[in-house]
Amino acid sequence: MIRQAWNEKIMQGVFFVAACTSVLAVAFICIFLFHNGTLALSEIGIWDFLSGTVWRPNIEIFGIFPMIVGSVYITAGAVLTGVPIGIFTAVFMAFYCPKKLYRPLKASTDILAGIPSVVYGFFGLVVIVPLIRDLGQFLGMGGNGNNILTASILLGIMILPTVISVTEASLRAVPSLYYEGAAALGATHEQCIFKVVVPAAKSGILAAAVLGMGRAVGETMAVIMVAGNQARIPSDIFQGVRTLTANVVIEMGYAADLHRDALIATGVVLFAFILIINLFLAYLSRSK
Amino acid sequence: MKTMMNVQQKFLSYKNCPGSAMLRIMVLLSAVLTFGVLLFLILHIVVQGLPHISLSTFAWNYTTENASVTPAIINTLVITLLSLCFAAPLGIFSAIYLVEYAGKKSRFVEIIRITTVTLAGIPSIIYGLFGMLFFVVSCGLGFSLLAGSLTLTIMILPLIIRTTEEALLAVPDIFREGSYGLGAGKLRTIFRIVLPAAVPGILAGIILSVGRIAGETAALVYTAGTVAQLPGSVMSSGRSLAIHMFTLANEGLYMEQAYATAVILLLFVVLINAFSYYLAKKFVYA
Repeated sequence: MIRQAWNEKIMQGVFFVAACTSVLAVAFICIFLFHNGTLALSEIGIWDFLSGTVWRPNIEIFGIFPMIVGSVYITAGAVLTGVPIGIFTAVFMAFYCPKKLYRPLKASTDILAGIPSVVYGFFGLVVIVPLIRDLGQFLGMGGNGNNILTASILLGIMILPTVISVTEASLRAVPSLYYEGAAALGATHEQCIFKVVVPAAKSGILAAAVLGMGRAVGETMAVIMVAGNQARIPSDIFQGVRTLTANVVIEMGYAADLHRDALIATGVVLFAFILIINLFLAYLSRSK
Repeated sequence: MKTMMNVQQKFLSYKNCPGSAMLRIMVLLSAVLTFGVLLFLILHIVVQGLPHISLSTFAWNYTTENASVTPAIINTLVITLLSLCFAAPLGIFSAIYLVEYAGKKSRFVEIIRITTVTLAGIPSIIYGLFGMLFFVVSCGLGFSLLAGSLTLTIMILPLIIRTTEEALLAVPDIFREGSYGLGAGKLRTIFRIVLPAAVPGILAGIILSVGRIAGETAALVYTAGTVAQLPGSVMSSGRSLAIHMFTLANEGLYMEQAYATAVILLLFVVLINAFSYYLAKKFVYA
């Protein structure tokens, strides 16, 4: 009897320790990143680092403003292309989809979510890049197709599954009384959906957009394959840019000393962006 | 005849509301676009890639001529197995603590919930950086399959915790009460009654994380490294299948092999999803 009680206690301890690992992991990630990142920040100067427009590691000039601009542009582009289409598709899934089609289509969005980012990047490289190159030449903008527009379209596709599934869930969470009430007043199917159900689900839809944004900011490999990766501030969407994520992956392989620390600091800036997005999400889910 | 009437009626009702008609078209167009892109992506890669899959694609040793995927597949398998060995017990045990031991509204549960949500939102490149700083440098593991697996362990932990939690919560309380009523202790109830009932749900989560591991690139480049040869042990560096494909496509010299690798990755994703779907369906009926 006593031995059994001991077993219970020991295993409860084991479960507790396991539950603590995720807390520990977050703490370790924060400590290691911020500790190593601040090394470079204190040497370069936080303001020079964030607002410097020149990135030339070979002569020790480290300004990541072009990369911040690049990440912001591409994320904004992805949100502009992916979120509206995602929301409309979610409306389709929730209100229009024939019953027989629903299961296969739902499975398709799961597959869309499961496709690795390299495969998306490759698809962008061999299909979207040539298309945009031709479009650029047609419009007289030139360029080789590796640019903001291409990356935005590709990331727009990549955030679709996130936006669709979260939006659909929040649309389905709206009581059907809302729809029925509107329909009883003589509204069309579309008026019921877009004037009554969608506004009622707006906090969930906003969360979907923010989640998609988080995915777009953090995407790395696919962006490297199609965005051109030039570390300068672009003047139009047919120019290539480098994102914060790309900066880390491209140069980490051969970086040393201050250069390496500067790359880690780039990661810290990215991490700060993600934490802000997460905080906003937590706020959204609390206000619901 | 009746459907004709219906269509006509519908058309007439939209005549008075051009806004509604527009919205309907937008909805249908978006859905066609979304699923069209997916279909096109899969068809394009399969049609272009299948002809390039040959015996030399699967040659045992990697050379610059065959750009064989076999070492990469083996590396991916090793990384997947290792990560699951660490992450599955950790994740399942945490979920057990959260569901069976901690009170639903306890402060601790809330903290863990916040951290798992945070972990789930962190992009893989940040995991890669952390893995490089912590496992590769501080722990002295070097670029190795082990360092890569440990990094991925942290990455898939939130997914396993969440799916296991859901699976445990879905087990009705009558199961637990029945077990207690027969005189079983809490531990025995969990391992003999609750866990077996939750197995399909837990497995579905684990399979989803296998999918995430197999497609991972950014978290592995600077932890597991990019060596294209067969691994000697878990301490040797090796590239995963996704990194293999990234390198092939980025060098631009091996586009055919890159297509072939893409087909393998895609096939894997579809299989993983199908399997997880099958399990989840089984779970609903059980």
